[in-house]
Amino acid sequence: MSIDLTMAWRNIWRHPRRALLTIAAIAFATVLLVFMLSWQFGSYDTMINAAVRLHTGHLQVQARGYHEQQDMHLVVSDPTAVNRILEGIPEVTAHTARATAFSLVSSKERTYGVAVRGIDPVRETQVTTLKQLIREGHYLTEGDTNAALVGGLLAKNLRVGVGDEVVLLGQGRDGSIAATVVQVRGIFSYGQDELDRNVIYIPLPYFQEVYSMRGAVHEVVALCVSLEAVPRVKRAVAAGLKTIDEENTLVVLDWMELMPGLIQSIEMDLVSGLIFYVILIIVVAFSILNTFLMVIFERTKEFGVFMALGTTPGRLTRLLLLESTTMTLLGTIIGILAGSLVTWYFQVHGIVISGTSEMLRQYGLPERMYPQLSALSVVVGAGLVLVITLMTALYPALKVRRLRPVEAMRAV
Amino acid sequence: MAIVKCTNVKKTYRQNTVAVKALNGVSLSIKKGEFTAIAGPSGSGKTTLLNIIGGLDSADSGRVVVDGNVLNTMRQSQLAQLRLYDVGFVFQAYNLIPVLSAQENVEFVMLLQGVPPAERRERARAILDEVDLRGMYNRRPAELSGGQQQRVAVARSIVSDPSIVLADEPTANLDSKTGASLLEIMEAMNKKKQVTFIFSTHDKMVMDYARRLIYLRDGRIVEDKVRKG
Amino acid sequence: MFFQLGWRNIWRNRRRTLVILTAVVIGVWSMIFLGALMRGIADQFVRNGIATLTGHIQVHHQGYRSDPAVQNSIEHPATVKAALTAVLPPDARWAPRVRVSAVASNARHSTGVTMVGIDPPREAAISFIGGAITEGRYLRDEDVYGILVGKALLKKFETHVGYKLVLMSQDTEGEIASRAFRIVGVYRAEMETTERQFVFVTMSAAQQMLKLHTGISEVAILLAVPGEARQVADTLRAELPADEYEVNTWQELLPMVTAIMKIYDWFIYLWFLVVFIAMGFGIVNTTLMAVFERIKEFGLLKALGMKPSWIVRGVLIESFCLLILGMAIGNVAGFVSVLALSGTGIDLSALAAGMEYWGMSRVIYPHILGTDVMMANLVVFILGLVVSLYPAVKAARFTPVEALAHT
Repeated sequence: MSIDLTMAWRNIWRHPRRALLTIAAIAFATVLLVFMLSWQFGSYDTMINAAVRLHTGHLQVQARGYHEQQDMHLVVSDPTAVNRILEGIPEVTAHTARATAFSLVSSKERTYGVAVRGIDPVRETQVTTLKQLIREGHYLTEGDTNAALVGGLLAKNLRVGVGDEVVLLGQGRDGSIAATVVQVRGIFSYGQDELDRNVIYIPLPYFQEVYSMRGAVHEVVALCVSLEAVPRVKRAVAAGLKTIDEENTLVVLDWMELMPGLIQSIEMDLVSGLIFYVILIIVVAFSILNTFLMVIFERTKEFGVFMALGTTPGRLTRLLLLESTTMTLLGTIIGILAGSLVTWYFQVHGIVISGTSEMLRQYGLPERMYPQLSALSVVVGAGLVLVITLMTALYPALKVRRLRPVEAMRAV
Repeated sequence: MAIVKCTNVKKTYRQNTVAVKALNGVSLSIKKGEFTAIAGPSGSGKTTLLNIIGGLDSADSGRVVVDGNVLNTMRQSQLAQLRLYDVGFVFQAYNLIPVLSAQENVEFVMLLQGVPPAERRERARAILDEVDLRGMYNRRPAELSGGQQQRVAVARSIVSDPSIVLADEPTANLDSKTGASLLEIMEAMNKKKQVTFIFSTHDKMVMDYARRLIYLRDGRIVEDKVRKG
Repeated sequence: MFFQLGWRNIWRNRRRTLVILTAVVIGVWSMIFLGALMRGIADQFVRNGIATLTGHIQVHHQGYRSDPAVQNSIEHPATVKAALTAVLPPDARWAPRVRVSAVASNARHSTGVTMVGIDPPREAAISFIGGAITEGRYLRDEDVYGILVGKALLKKFETHVGYKLVLMSQDTEGEIASRAFRIVGVYRAEMETTERQFVFVTMSAAQQMLKLHTGISEVAILLAVPGEARQVADTLRAELPADEYEVNTWQELLPMVTAIMKIYDWFIYLWFLVVFIAMGFGIVNTTLMAVFERIKEFGLLKALGMKPSWIVRGVLIESFCLLILGMAIGNVAGFVSVLALSGTGIDLSALAAGMEYWGMSRVIYPHILGTDVMMANLVVFILGLVVSLYPAVKAARFTPVEALAHT
């Protein structure tokens, strides 16, 4: 077997330029794939984490039907019981509760319809990044009552600043009028117009008072230790809910159900990426096919001699396969190494594409993206290249099977 | 008027670590219209001499003058010009461009010279007729026999009226009958157009046809005799 | 005859030429096809933006864009109308609108919306709403209390055509004005967020409700030739006093869309380069093989007196023939595949939520951009010739003596 390997190796280098070009082509494709896949996976992670930490958390417990209808009357009436369940699950790292009501907000000159959200100032910071998004003024503190956080665009539209007062007018859980005056404590900016224009945060206890919630909330939001843990935690929570919720009024939703667009857009990105990659590899495959084909033409006479000496076609095929496999593997390995190096460099330094920061922010992504080198990106990337190029290498090897000694030797 | 004059030409090749003295002081003078063979055993330097005369190779020392051109001082581009207009070649094999027809092969040289298409075609056909290949104009080399291929080569070498034609073992791959007819044609061309023919050969038949015989051995001229009148 | 020679030379080794040709064809096809797909997506962004009420150009009262409240209305639309008649090309269309934030509510639900008071016939000519009605009917001038809502809003409010919907907003005197409307029609838009956001009433209804008299919020203009947007906007700006009015093109109104278009440019050209590199390896390799096989022949050519630069040219001509053929077939394949899809488009409804997340519509129509085609072909052609220089120069370097002695 080792003589075969020696021969294969030397045969490859009979035409050094040709071999190098072929290996380079394979390496190029591999580098590209490893890097791009690492980038894609890295950005998905970022996207999901950003979205989760921005608002939804990993899991939420809500009243059945609340997510679809956003009906104020569909409440989680006993959030304390739900909290107890969550505290009993070690993989839940933090949790908080919220309530939402649609109301009119009026400043001296303007009135708009917004979503008023009651949040627990302390626990909210453990679950979401809201506190870091405050641009002016201050975040809410534990004992606050009629203080509010207003979105940047909303503040502009209302023509209010920190310290100004606004009137909230809406409908309580029991149908009564909910009205109050709050003072703008701070102004936040998500960088997403939807959120910056339509949301006001006030302290949850105050909200519950003003909107006659009787202690109920609309969402109990939980953060888990990692994305992988979410399914497990979800099952644990569901089991726990069964013990307190005989009428089955509560459901636990994970981030994928809360943001269906997110997971689908990731799928879309992955699929579209794969299409590009596969087409690219096919072009590379045809590019290098000639190298493998030339073997037949140039060495037919040689094969004839081999066979005259008693070598079986099977052995010849194996030899050829060894050659092409070695070349392909060489290219793939070099590609993996180079690709990993490039990816690792950017993993440390990040990539910024000029002119995209505005757009990325609107989708909740940070400006600087970090590719994530992982076993997955390497295996999928190199694997795809390997599989397709090996298939190309197979073709000429199989042709050799059918060669006959006399024909071969007579070939010019 | 010597059309080729070599003065003390020397040429050494390096083959790995061994130095081979291909030409070791060759001096000769060939006149216009000669039909001369340079003969000798293999390794005697005859191909090298021919290559040097044709400007394909350069002498290490000594002077080479072809049709008034001093080859030693000429640049590659000038040598190319020389080969294009003044010198014709016929090799032992691989004379023709496989993808061109007989006529196109002959036209090719004229194409390089910038001869207009109509004239090219006419002259090509005329010369092919002269070498007995009338009607085979559109055949590709693969469709021609060895002898016919060589005749196309001869036609191509003459079509632009060069001063000399250098033929390196032109009959080596042919059987004796075909070889003989090829030599007949070349002799006819020589007489008709006064083109100087210089062969390199170790084929007795060629030597018999030559009017002057120059023997080379170990890079030196050992004999130089004029035969037929 | 040199081109003949080049052409015949490529076909000397049929299989080899066909293989590299396939690489070039697939590469060029992918450049055109995938490029068209991406442009189609970018197109949709733009078209969505424009159709969703943006139009090509909008005219507002100065200050409206930073503070889109009823106080920043255009009080004397006659001035604007005069300017428009003077400046706009004859095939352009325009429509006046009242546009304010409002609260829509019925017995069970409330939500924030954008109330758009329209001139029904004029509006139908410039935005999507005219042709988007799926239930009930479109608005008529005399509909004092009629309102159009989006399908998603209808569902959210659990209501139907013929039922009541109350709109509340701030009027010009700073008071809360409210009016009860009746749903006369339901529309569907590309995206659900659009359906949830916009409700349409007649201009007179809006003006009455908000005590606007004849004031309007904006004028939207649709041009026959979108590319003229900037010029027309400039001329319009010159006609209207700058301290009172602002004129904006869709590029300025939808900066996100413009940004996305630029990114697509960058990405598409990068794809071209990458695909070329992939086929470039093959082109060099194949040409090298073809050249080295013919060492003797190149030696012969030199012996015949052919200058090295002509030999380089000869090899380049061979590459040229190969590239042109590959490009031709690839282009045709690209155009055909795009044509085949341009009728039905690519339906991505299965990924509807995902498309919505990015702000894209569900059906993508591939769209071939002339500059892309030119760019793709240029890249392949020029770079293809450039990489062929290496084997070409190698061919020219074979000295006749070595070549002819070559076994």
